[in-house]
Amino acid sequence: MIAVWVTIGIIVILLIIFVVAYNSLVRLRNQTKNAWAQIDVQLKRRHDLIPNLVETVRGYMKFERETLEAVTKARNIAVQASSSGAAERGKAEGELSGALSRLLAVVERYPDLKANQNFLALQEELTSTENKISFSRQYYNDSVLRYNNQTQMFPSSIIAGMTGFKPGEFFEVTVAEEREAPKVSFT
Amino acid sequence: MWEQIRSNQMKSAMLVGLMGALLLLLGFFLGLFFFGNGIAGLIIALVVWGIMNLVAFFQGDSILLAIAGARKISRDDHPRLYNVVEEMKIASGLEKMPDVYIIDDPALNAFATGRDPSQASVAITSGLLQKLNRDELQGVIGHEVSHIKNRDVLLMVLLSVTLGSVVILAWYASRFMFLAGVSGSRRRSSSGGGGAQLIIILVGVILMILAPIASQLIYFAVSRRREYLADASSALYTRYPEGLASALEKLATSDTNVKTANRATAPMYIINPFQKKGMSIESLTSTHPPIGERIRILRCMAGASMADYEQAYRQTKGGAGIVPASALTGAGTVALRAPSPEAKPVEELPQRVERARETSDLMWRLSNYRTVPCECGTTLKVSSNYRAPTVRCPHCGRINPV
Repeated sequence: MIAVWVTIGIIVILLIIFVVAYNSLVRLRNQTKNAWAQIDVQLKRRHDLIPNLVETVRGYMKFERETLEAVTKARNIAVQASSSGAAERGKAEGELSGALSRLLAVVERYPDLKANQNFLALQEELTSTENKISFSRQYYNDSVLRYNNQTQMFPSSIIAGMTGFKPGEFFEVTVAEEREAPKVSFT
Repeated sequence: MWEQIRSNQMKSAMLVGLMGALLLLLGFFLGLFFFGNGIAGLIIALVVWGIMNLVAFFQGDSILLAIAGARKISRDDHPRLYNVVEEMKIASGLEKMPDVYIIDDPALNAFATGRDPSQASVAITSGLLQKLNRDELQGVIGHEVSHIKNRDVLLMVLLSVTLGSVVILAWYASRFMFLAGVSGSRRRSSSGGGGAQLIIILVGVILMILAPIASQLIYFAVSRRREYLADASSALYTRYPEGLASALEKLATSDTNVKTANRATAPMYIINPFQKKGMSIESLTSTHPPIGERIRILRCMAGASMADYEQAYRQTKGGAGIVPASALTGAGTVALRAPSPEAKPVEELPQRVERARETSDLMWRLSNYRTVPCECGTTLKVSSNYRAPTVRCPHCGRINPV
């Protein structure tokens, strides 16, 4: 009789462990999905801002055709990469960040541009969007780290294996320039 | 990394419970004393506490914002401030954008309020807004947003309501005791049980004196702890503790106090709104840790993680740490980021003037002033009560249509 109760007890405890671990895996996976959606929003925002920026600075920058074209090209590649995985996107967005920071460094030479209200508003938007991209990336990577820890740690690793939770992919931006110049300087 | 929220809730619940117990004990003995019935006292204490909680829960944030004279702004009113709040919302993983308020006050301060993260507000004084560069603003807003994220606001409201109930009960009881002392004790002494009566009176009096003090100390201790944790979270969100440190430095050198702050709203602010200049008080009776110490800890940080803050805290203060253990495990290393190019050790004058102008323009707009650009380059601000069709420029004398 006692043996039956003990068996039932063990089964119930195992069930509770399973449910708790499974739910926490689901919660963490949803969190990474939400965090990824945030990055997506900010990257799209940057893609939308760039044609505006190019349009605004074009009139002032007669001799910077190449820089402007590089930005436009990098933006188009990044837009195309929007539907691919984190690694590829990271690369395309990194290129775009590099091209953008080169353009914004060139702006220093055009004082007229810095007096343009339209440009100043765009500059604020762009600075903030760059920040938001890096903050959402930071949050996403933290979420992925926690989710991956959970899928690899005992006992939830067993449950993750049984129910098909795959580890998440970090979002790294692969161009070195991006790391140094995520901020936009016009001063 | 954000697990500290859960451990915070446990500890907070304990402290709220402790203060609640104090309140009930006080109610019970006062009931025994006045009505010869502890339960009646308990009920009175609970009713007082309940009413105050309901008010605080449903109206607390709007009352607080109204007392402070805060006005809500949109993205168009001040894009930089709005963007920085949004950046911190993203970094902290808050689900909903908090409302952004501005307080027309030259004092330097900021606070967060709202009963839960989906209904929160961040407020900043116009003085602070014009003093801080982007990195510093980010640090301050990061601090406030982490109060929201860690649910500090709810905890502090609960605690201050409980504290308020204890104080109110003790205050009124001591007045009534004085009045009823003569007649009440005579009536009861005739009904016998003098010894027990005496003990009840004694315990009642002691509780009346000690309960408010004890509650106050609990309240202050929790408040200071929250400030440290919010600093740590701000460093983690921004990856740049220097921003907050340098903002705090600017706050410390200012000697204007917030006009609209009072004792009850003090813990909501980023620095103690009553701190006098040059006073460094590390005492039991402060809602905020001394600002110099907060700056030193932030500047000692080797990285931006909670563990780095913990280490810097131990280095600076010695003894036990401040960050709950659950927040320290499995977080990995977090690198600091470089300062944004805008932030220079010594700011240029044009930059400061530009920010001051931006902020004052915002205040004019919020007060419904219309702007009339004049050909000489002046922008005239016209009050909404101004009825005449034209206005004369005080600089060049041109007549401009309104």
